[in-house]
Amino acid sequence: MFKIVEKTYFSPKVVRLVVEAPEVAKARRAGHFVIVRTGEGGERIPLTIADADIDAGTITLVVQAVGLSTEKICALNVDDSLTDLVGPLGRATDVGLRDGTVVCCGGGVGVAPLLPIIKAFKDAGNRVVSVLAARNRDLIILEDEVREYSDEVVIMTDDGSYGRKGLVTAGVEEVLNREHVAEVVAIGPPVMMKFVALLTKKYDVPTVCSLNTIMVDGTGMCGACRVNVGGKMRFVCVDGPEFDAHQVDFDEMIMRMRAYDAPKNNAK
Amino acid sequence: MTIENNSGRDSAVREKLRKALSAKERTAIPRQTMPTLDADYRRHSNEEVNCGFTADQAQIEATRCLDCPDPGCVKGCPVAIDIPGFIKAVQTDDIAGAYATLRRTSALPAVCGRVCPQERQCESKCIYNKMKKEPVAIGNLERYAADTARGRHIGENTPAAPRNGLKVAVIGSGPSGLSFAGDMAARGYDVDVYEALHQIGGVLKYGIPEFRLPNSVVDYELEGLRRAGVHFHTDTIAGKTLGYDDFLDMGYSGIFVGSGAGLPRFMGIPGENLIGVMSSNEYLTRINLMGAGRPGSDTPVLKGRSVAVIGGGNTAMDSARTAVRMGAERVVIVYRRSENEMPARAEEVRHAREEGVEFRTLCNPVEYIGDENGRVVSARLQRMELGEPDASGRRSPVPVEGAVDTVEFDQVIVSVGVSPNPLVPSSIDGLETERRGTLVVDENLRTTLPLIFAGGDIVRGGATVILAMGDGRKAAAAMAAQIESGR
Repeated sequence: MFKIVEKTYFSPKVVRLVVEAPEVAKARRAGHFVIVRTGEGGERIPLTIADADIDAGTITLVVQAVGLSTEKICALNVDDSLTDLVGPLGRATDVGLRDGTVVCCGGGVGVAPLLPIIKAFKDAGNRVVSVLAARNRDLIILEDEVREYSDEVVIMTDDGSYGRKGLVTAGVEEVLNREHVAEVVAIGPPVMMKFVALLTKKYDVPTVCSLNTIMVDGTGMCGACRVNVGGKMRFVCVDGPEFDAHQVDFDEMIMRMRAYDAPKNNAK
Repeated sequence: MTIENNSGRDSAVREKLRKALSAKERTAIPRQTMPTLDADYRRHSNEEVNCGFTADQAQIEATRCLDCPDPGCVKGCPVAIDIPGFIKAVQTDDIAGAYATLRRTSALPAVCGRVCPQERQCESKCIYNKMKKEPVAIGNLERYAADTARGRHIGENTPAAPRNGLKVAVIGSGPSGLSFAGDMAARGYDVDVYEALHQIGGVLKYGIPEFRLPNSVVDYELEGLRRAGVHFHTDTIAGKTLGYDDFLDMGYSGIFVGSGAGLPRFMGIPGENLIGVMSSNEYLTRINLMGAGRPGSDTPVLKGRSVAVIGGGNTAMDSARTAVRMGAERVVIVYRRSENEMPARAEEVRHAREEGVEFRTLCNPVEYIGDENGRVVSARLQRMELGEPDASGRRSPVPVEGAVDTVEFDQVIVSVGVSPNPLVPSSIDGLETERRGTLVVDENLRTTLPLIFAGGDIVRGGATVILAMGDGRKAAAAMAAQIESGR
C-alpha cells in the first residue's frame, strides 16, 4: 500500500515522490491535501498534492525536510511504502473563468500545491501569470511544469541568482500595475502569504491563500489547525485549506505554527 | 456453545438458584467492591485502574441478584441485555452461557462493562434501590463475564454465520459501526468497515484512555468481528476517498453511517488560540491514538505543569487524569455548574479526585492570557452561581458580578462538547441534516437516502457508547428487513 514508485530530488532537502494511491488519484481535485504517516510510531502530517495520474493510480507529493517526520519521508526510497496515506482532504479550489488575469504566486515548495491550481485555472480558459519565488536558483522548483500551463512566468530570487532579484511581492505588484488582475492565488511560507495579502489588499484584488498548519487527524476532529479568519475560528482541514487571504490572521497563525518548536517549549 | 441452557427464567437451573437462598439472605449480602490500583501508583501509570472482580466476588455479587420476574434492569439497558440471564450464568460459573447471552445483544461486552454509565441505566432500575440498598453491580459482572470468556478463549471457535451473498458497508469504526457490523455479519452479510484514521475503533481508540479501556480489550473484540466476517479498511474517508457512487459501484446493498461527533467545540473567548490551549480531542488523540509521550512515538504533546481542564463530562475527567499521568504538578477541573450537575460518571469523578485532580466548580473561564511568545500563562475565571433550571432541567449558572480570579495555567484543555462531523453529510448529495448538523433519520434510523442508515453521535450529536451501539443494532435489523423485503 502507498508504495513509492518514483523519487527525484529538487534540491538536497526537497524531494518529489510519486506514490501509489489509486483512490486518492481518482478523487482528488486542485487544492486538496493528504495526511501521511511513516513508521509505526509515525506522526500524521499534512502534505499537499502536487499532481495525480489516474491511469497509473499515483499521486505526486513534494516534501521539504524541515523536521523529524518530513526527514523520515524524504529518506524513503523507491519501493518503500508510506505506512498510511489518507485523503483527499480539504475543500477543492474554487476554479472558474475570471474576468481578468489570474496571478498564481508560489514561494519555495508552495509551488508544488500551486501547480494543479495553475493547471485548473488555465484549463478553465483564464490568462494565468505565475510568479515563482525562492531564496536562490536551486530552490526554484517545477519551473518547466509551471511554464507549460502559464501564459507568462515571472521568477524572483532573493539573491538575484535567477530571474529578477527581489521578493515575490515585487513580481506580483508588477503584474498588478500593468494589467487587470481578477484574482491572486498565493501559496508558500506564511510570512510570504501575509505580505502578498497586504499588497493585494492595497490594490483591492481578491486573494486566496492555502494554509498548511499543524494537524493531527486532518478530518476536523482535533482543532489543532484552527485559524482566525475574519474574526471567526475556522479549521484548515475541513473549512480550508484555502481562505480569503485578506481575512486571515497570519500573525496568529505564524505564532501557532511554533507550538511544538524546541527548545523554548516543553514538548516531548 | 451452551447458549440456550439456563437462559429461561423458568429453567430448572434458575429455579434451583432462586430457591437456594431467601430474598432476605440475599439482600443481606453487601455489594462487592471492585479492586482498583492504588491512587499514588496510578498517577505514574497508564495501567487500567479498575482491576475487575475476582471469581469469588463475582459469585457473591451474582448471588445478590434476585432474578426478578419483571426485571427493571433490562428496561434500563439501551440494548435490553438479558441481565438476570447472564448474571445467573455467572453464578454457576457458566461463563460460556453468560458470554453468549451478552453477545446476543451487545457486540462489545468487555467495552460496555467498562464504560457504560450503569448507575444511570440498568443499575438505577435494580430492585435493590427500592429497598434503599446498593444495586447489583451489573456493570462489574458484565466485565467479569466478558474478561473471563476472553481469558478462557470462549467463543473463539464459533464459526461465522453462513454467507448470504450480500454485502454492506459501514462508515466509521466506532461503537455504532462495530455494533452494526457484528449484527450484519451474524445475519450472513459480508461487511466492509471503512475508517478514516489509521486504527480501527473510533472513540474507543482515540478518545477513551488506556487506563479506563485498554486497547488490548478493544483489539480482542475486533478480532472476534473479523472472525465473524467483518473486513476493516483504514485510511478511507467516505465521501472523500470513496464517493457515494463508488459505494454503489462496489455493489453494496446498504450503507450504515456511524461517523461520530468529531468536531470539538470551543467557547469563543479571548485567548483561545494561544499556544497551550487545545481541545480534549487533540490532547487525547495525540496521547491515545498517536502514543505521544511514549518511546518511539514521533508525535509531540505539550506537558503542562499547571493544567486547567474546562468541562465536567467524562472526556474532561479523561483529560484531567491523563494530564496527571503526563506529569502535571497541578490539574484543575473548571466547571461552570456545581458537582451535582456534572455529566461525568460518579466513578470517574471519584477516581480523578483520588488521583489528586482539583475541582473548581461554579467557575467559568472568560479569557486566557498569554506571554510574549503567545503561550498561555493564566486564565481569568468567572465565579458563577446557580440560577433557574434551563432547558436541560439543570439549574443554569449565572455569573457573580465582579468575581473574577486570575489563575496561572500553562496548559488549558477545552472539553465542552463536540459537534457532528460534517465530512460525510456534506460529501453525499441528498443526505439531509438537522440544524445542528446531525443526520435526519426516520424511526428505523434510515436517512433521506433509502440505502443509507445512520446511528450514534452523527444522529444523536453526542451521547454514550451504549446508545451508539443500540443504534447500530436497530439499524442492522431495519436494513436487513429492507434488503430482504426487496429481494
